[in-house]
Amino acid sequence: MHLQPDRPIAVDIRDAVKTYGDFTALKHVSLSIQDNEFFTLLGPSGCGKTTLLRMIAGFEDVTAGEIMLFGQPIADLPPYQRPVNTVFQNYALFPHMSVLENVSFGLEMLGQSTAQARLRAGEVLEMVQLSQFAARKPAQLSGGQQQRVALARALAPQPKVLLLDEPLSALDLKLRKAMQLELKHLQRETGITFIFVTHDQEEALTMSDRIAVMSAGQVQQLGAARDIYERPINRFVADFIGDTNLIEVVVTRVENAQASCQMTGGHVLLCEAVDGVQSGARVHLSLRPERLFLTQAGAGPDGLRGRVRENIFIGTDITTIVALDQGPSFTIRASNSARGNARVFAPGTDVVINTEQGAGRLLVS
Amino acid sequence: MAMRRYDLRHYPSFKAVTLFCLFVLYAPLLVVTAYSFNASASITNWEGVSLRWYVEVFTGAESEKFKSAARNSFVIALIAATVSTAMATFAATALLRGGRFRLRMLSFGLISLPLMVPEIVTAVATLIFFNALGVERGLLTILLAHIAFCIPFAYLPISARMQGIEATYEQAAMDLYATRAKAFTRVLLPLMMPGILSGWLLAFIVSLDDFIITNFVKGAGVETLPTAIFGAVKQGIKPNIMAISTMLLGVSVVMVTLSWLISQRDTTK
Repeated sequence: MHLQPDRPIAVDIRDAVKTYGDFTALKHVSLSIQDNEFFTLLGPSGCGKTTLLRMIAGFEDVTAGEIMLFGQPIADLPPYQRPVNTVFQNYALFPHMSVLENVSFGLEMLGQSTAQARLRAGEVLEMVQLSQFAARKPAQLSGGQQQRVALARALAPQPKVLLLDEPLSALDLKLRKAMQLELKHLQRETGITFIFVTHDQEEALTMSDRIAVMSAGQVQQLGAARDIYERPINRFVADFIGDTNLIEVVVTRVENAQASCQMTGGHVLLCEAVDGVQSGARVHLSLRPERLFLTQAGAGPDGLRGRVRENIFIGTDITTIVALDQGPSFTIRASNSARGNARVFAPGTDVVINTEQGAGRLLVS
Repeated sequence: MAMRRYDLRHYPSFKAVTLFCLFVLYAPLLVVTAYSFNASASITNWEGVSLRWYVEVFTGAESEKFKSAARNSFVIALIAATVSTAMATFAATALLRGGRFRLRMLSFGLISLPLMVPEIVTAVATLIFFNALGVERGLLTILLAHIAFCIPFAYLPISARMQGIEATYEQAAMDLYATRAKAFTRVLLPLMMPGILSGWLLAFIVSLDDFIITNFVKGAGVETLPTAIFGAVKQGIKPNIMAISTMLLGVSVVMVTLSWLISQRDTTK
């Protein structure tokens, strides 16, 4: 999914640079985030994603470049003059105020009367199902409830853009999954642009319309969740998003947009060629474990021959590790179902690794 | 449980040393307190329990002198504690929330250094300072001196408190359209209140009890409670001094306890 022409650009980051002394946190980042979009900045810690978010919020100044909010430059505005609100990683709920006071704080600061602000705060609390806790102090709530208060507090002033800084990282797995869906629904209901920062690729894939994968202060790839998962453009993205088999190969022939890839041990696999791949190139091949399946050697067409090393049961799936003859090892995933279990073989069995159509992705960088 | 044997409490003569320390620290206070209730005019002979020296303090021949000294002491302590606490609050805000600036480390040192300077040195220096400026000694000089030396005392609990308040609270406030000033008054200040109250009480008690500096900078005929007590003692210790001392001790204990209790309250949790 690319930019949709009918939607205005909510946040336009133009060639933004951030340096701290001689450390460069962001190197010339340009991003256009559309109105009403659930946009995720995804990357490992230290990749610059939080810095970028804090620059949009106004907590970090921009060393060079410009940030536009609906066409208005905001890089020089203090945080309290930007119509964006933030859900902080540790929530930063005001401990001396009740839940209702927390949620109405922003509205009061915008000049609404206390009564008006409380009325609106009450509505937002209802939206996140916390009405009955309005009089409590934040410390009297569970982590998940505090999370929702933080969300309500940031949504109450109806910001043009909501910034979320790893807000789910402190929650346990079950709650996190529930909150992911709730956030997604809230985004659709309110129509507010969400910019979400996370290091959790699964979370990013679950919620986002588009994802910017960041590393070392740069955007590595920008696209819809499915694009990024299935068509990573470099090794970093392929490795960071999901599990994959990254195999070093030499391209021996390119014909009809198909590349012959040879790996150690002389094994050859055909896959779709990408721009810039020529015969003789040393590149990497990314093969997703769930796009591979095993057949017993001799039982079907020949392919990558190997031997089962180990089966690992992980509940929903069974992961098998297969070593090719004198070649690399592969991880193959079969679903824990009748169909998947038929493709699981005991350790020591000679097998053939089959690839689904389009399973391999060549990575030149 | 094997750890127990290496516990400090099991060291040889732990008990004896502890009791000795407690005795040295508190025996004199206990004696003064007990004898303030003595019915006798002698300070060493016990003749039964009586409140006559307390009555004497408020109605006796010297009562006017002590009352006026006490009034001076409390007024000075009240103003000195308030002004120095306000200054210490601003100092802590500047040092801990002002970002990095040159001389920041030096400023940290300068604000707490007066705690380490011998009080007699401060007293002499303050006196010379007032003389050089040609300020006439009196209540005002006492007040100014008290404000100055109370600042580091007020600063300690305030800065300790502020260090425990994460900067994200103010950021959240500013993110929610509060200006810097509003973020300070609506969020940072309420969170700092226990530290500020604790600093105020500490400054109050330090000002109330001060003798050395006060004695140097006070004018002739102007007395605070400590200097009045000292003056009276020079003419011989009378039981009414014990009664005053005991009351002063009571005030101190109450204030210090309050200060401690308030600093224990954590509004960030």
